[in-house]
Amino acid sequence: MTDMTASPQTPAAELMVRAEQVHKSFGPLEVLKGIDLEVRSGEVCCLLGPSGSGKSTFLRCINHLEKIDAGRIWVDGDLIGYRERGGKLYEMRDRDVAAQRRAIGMVFQRFNLFPHMTVLQNVMEAPVLLRQAKKTEAREHAAQLLDRVGLGDKLGAYPGQLSGGQQQRVAIARALAMRPKLMLFDEPTSALDPELVGEVLDTMKDLARDGMTMIVVTHEIGFAREVGDHLVFMDGGVVVEQGDPREVISAPKHERTKAFLAKVL
Amino acid sequence: MSADTSGRARPEPIKAVPVRHPGRWVGVAVIAVLVAMFVHMLVTNSAFQWSFMVDEMFRPPIIEGLRGTILLLITSMVIGIGLGIVIAIMRLSPNPVLRGVAWVYTWFFRAVPRLVLAILFGNLGILWSRLEFGLPFDRQIGALFGLHDFEARLFGFSAVDILTGFVAGMLALGLSEAAYMAEIVRAGIQSVDEGQTEAAQALGMSRAQILRRIVLPQAMRVIIPPTGNETIAMLKDTSLVAFVPVSMELFFQLKAVGSRTFQPFPMYVAATLWYLLLTSVLLVGQYYLERHYSKGFGRSGRARQRLRNLTAESGSTTSGTAQ
Repeated sequence: MTDMTASPQTPAAELMVRAEQVHKSFGPLEVLKGIDLEVRSGEVCCLLGPSGSGKSTFLRCINHLEKIDAGRIWVDGDLIGYRERGGKLYEMRDRDVAAQRRAIGMVFQRFNLFPHMTVLQNVMEAPVLLRQAKKTEAREHAAQLLDRVGLGDKLGAYPGQLSGGQQQRVAIARALAMRPKLMLFDEPTSALDPELVGEVLDTMKDLARDGMTMIVVTHEIGFAREVGDHLVFMDGGVVVEQGDPREVISAPKHERTKAFLAKVL
Repeated sequence: MSADTSGRARPEPIKAVPVRHPGRWVGVAVIAVLVAMFVHMLVTNSAFQWSFMVDEMFRPPIIEGLRGTILLLITSMVIGIGLGIVIAIMRLSPNPVLRGVAWVYTWFFRAVPRLVLAILFGNLGILWSRLEFGLPFDRQIGALFGLHDFEARLFGFSAVDILTGFVAGMLALGLSEAAYMAEIVRAGIQSVDEGQTEAAQALGMSRAQILRRIVLPQAMRVIIPPTGNETIAMLKDTSLVAFVPVSMELFFQLKAVGSRTFQPFPMYVAATLWYLLLTSVLLVGQYYLERHYSKGFGRSGRARQRLRNLTAESGSTTSGTAQ
């Protein structure tokens, strides 16, 4: 994996995410065993696979919530978590890692809204705190985003007063408030009651239609087929198969993909 | 409820004889007798000397002592909470040096009894007659370069002036409290879901920002009840500074009156009443603090919020967004 340093070719401009040979272990357990992935700007990439296949871990590596052990990840041409100078890697300071994360929005399975803040405060907190916008502008933008996810009438509510679907839509608005160039979704509908899944998926479709680059870890095959531009099937820490979602889903080439799809479809 | 599809009439509401609780009535009777006996003793036992006690317990020296106790309580708790938060954050820091320092601090100040600390701090003047700030080891450094009587000191003051009884007592209580508060704050911080930190990290906030804006406000809910306990305990521990010695303190003053008049018992009762009153005031404060930090949590808080939102919606459309 160290030979990567020898070829610092800058990724093509239209590539939003480029991962090369990403390895990650938790103790003796190797969760990612060399993931290569390319996501173009404006593309919706769906990560599919059985639980424990490493898809959530890989997603968390993209914004450096997890430190990778080997390989490289670039987002919009910037190496994530490290600086490369003279063929040597330097760990980034917390401050610089935080700055990189601002351009990458993330939506969690369990929403993780800030329960002590109202919906509006949840959305405008980061832009105001990180001085991305004046308070009045941030409030206006936050109200716009909440209106867009269909929660324009819930600005003063606390997360505890909302349904799961509503909370997840607030979480999406909160991530969008930082005006990210990439959005990561970590099983955004897995913690929801079945009848609430639709409203969150609709919000995500809307986002995809607007040209947002998205990487979505999901079990929603229907979403992957309808909205996805690219489907990646992972199992056991490696990419087993990838390609056009409609082709992979209707005619999987690999045995493990076939077995998985047979179970979830 | 109204039209039953099966066409049957709605049955009679249940009118059952409730379960009797004779034990409760017996209990009430026993308690009533005991209370009556107690009140009777309060009124008839002449040793209480109520009028003497009431006369004495509001006199200027007692009020001075009360002021001293309250001042000591506030200053030592401010030191305790402020320093406690700092130590707790150090304890949870990724920096091993800070972690170690915090551990040693809590170890020392939890190990030494407050009474011993109070006496120790009262006698620190023995170590230094003057406190001075400047280059450390200046004499030794001077000797190294062949300079005798080399001194690099910026300012200094007499230790006896600074470590008067009050400051010594305040430091003893405050520094000891910080060790306990550090553990309470640490528990509070650790009680906040890891997902909160991750969500804030993903938004690009720094460690300090996450702590200040996301984690600590949520930890407060867990921190406040034991802090109320600590404050009440501290109120009572202020009487330990009599050993520093500090005389501007409630119990010392009450005891002094008792000794002077050869009537100590009424003054002990007066002390009990004063501490009861002060503790009750503290409890009221704690109630409001807990209510403030339960925003967005729990059933009662949620119901109140919902009510507020309802009234806001019926009022003006934007009032819900006002912060």
